[in-house]
Amino acid sequence: MTKEIMTANKAVAEAARLAKPKVIPVYPITPQTTISEYLAQYVADEKIDANYVKVESEHSAISAAVGASCAGVRVFTATSSQGLMLMHEILFAAAGMRAPFVLADANRAISAPLNIWNDQQDSIAQRDAGWLQIYVENAQEALDTTLMAYKVSENPKVLLPSMVCLDGFILTHTVEPVEIPDQEPVDEFLPPYKPEHAYLDPKDPMSIGNLADPDYYLEARHDMQVAMENSIDVIQETCDEFAEIFGRKYGLVEPYKTEDADIIFVAMGSICSTIRVIVNQLRDQGEKVGLLKIRAYRPFPVEAIDEAVKDCQKLAVVDKNVTFGIGGALYTDVKAKIHKEAYGFIAGLGGRDITPEAILEMYEKTKNPVKEVTWIGLKEE
Amino acid sequence: MVTIGCVIKTPGSSKNNKTGSWRTFKPILDKEKCIDCDNCIIFCPDSSVNKQHDINYDYCKGCGICAHECPSDAIEMVKE
Repeated sequence: MTKEIMTANKAVAEAARLAKPKVIPVYPITPQTTISEYLAQYVADEKIDANYVKVESEHSAISAAVGASCAGVRVFTATSSQGLMLMHEILFAAAGMRAPFVLADANRAISAPLNIWNDQQDSIAQRDAGWLQIYVENAQEALDTTLMAYKVSENPKVLLPSMVCLDGFILTHTVEPVEIPDQEPVDEFLPPYKPEHAYLDPKDPMSIGNLADPDYYLEARHDMQVAMENSIDVIQETCDEFAEIFGRKYGLVEPYKTEDADIIFVAMGSICSTIRVIVNQLRDQGEKVGLLKIRAYRPFPVEAIDEAVKDCQKLAVVDKNVTFGIGGALYTDVKAKIHKEAYGFIAGLGGRDITPEAILEMYEKTKNPVKEVTWIGLKEE
Repeated sequence: MVTIGCVIKTPGSSKNNKTGSWRTFKPILDKEKCIDCDNCIIFCPDSSVNKQHDINYDYCKGCGICAHECPSDAIEMVKE
């Protein structure tokens, strides 16, 4: 084990190196670019024995990833924002063909207007593709989650691809100390991928990506729903196994001071660090407040959320995305599945800073609510 | 019922997909009128007419091209 100061992009690249993918089709895009650069360097330096496929677009990157995964090898790719948009069509194919590879998405706003800064609209817009989506808070979590994502995706009960979502710039371009595990324990945790359902073998031919007429399609999609439901337990088991080997504990959600809280913030990604500071500040003033960090957004861990929020009165749900015409995606999911009084806050779109004051405002507007969904930080005319 | 990812491991199994169930109209050949021109064999997009001009209803989708191309009006499209 070594400890280094690095960005979350480097942490993701280190995780990809340790996972030993055989094919890396990747196309650079801000703020993901350094992931593709680190991996290109690792391949050039023979630190990874992989085929680095230089593609002409993200559509090709993900297509090559699906093809390679169906040929039976471990695959890694990464993208961001418009790149993920261009992958949209094949994201569904990847999940439908049950290709269990991992994609790191450096969360960035979507055009128009053109904006390279952070929010989570890009991955949220892909939530129905059939991918697992895990949102991370810091660089260490980005590394650890990328490793765990392979183990979850490749589990025979799951066999769906995973998206590791890390906030662009806030995580991808800031540095912090990260523990890089040694190869040996990683190999123990994540043995080589042994494909059973799809692989390339001339002696055992198969046809992949077939037409399924109305007699078969419904069942194929239902199988994906079952796999997604199975992934809830698989994620938790994988986190437990990871903790045993590497000593860092994760879960579907991460509660912070929720036990006796009256109001609980619900949020995803790097903003949780800021919220935790505010929770402590408010606790010092005698306020009963907590934070529930959502790591797994798909599958949506209803039981784990219910357990964490069962004794609270209200939820303040923070969304760095918007589902136009209804509210934030996390907020609407919470409203649909969690039977608690909840208020939604849309903030930080296109890289607008979510300041401590903004979080205090959310707290105030949950304590004394005026409306269900509030945009925080809008400039007055 | 379906394999994981709808992978097909038995080559040539597309013949198990009997597309005849798609049919609304069924071609009926009157062999008395048939002049053995073989147009129906040549034009059938599903190769569902054999050399004896027997129509394979397991796969015939009822498109009606055979009836359209028949110069002797020997094929009638009858509602299923």
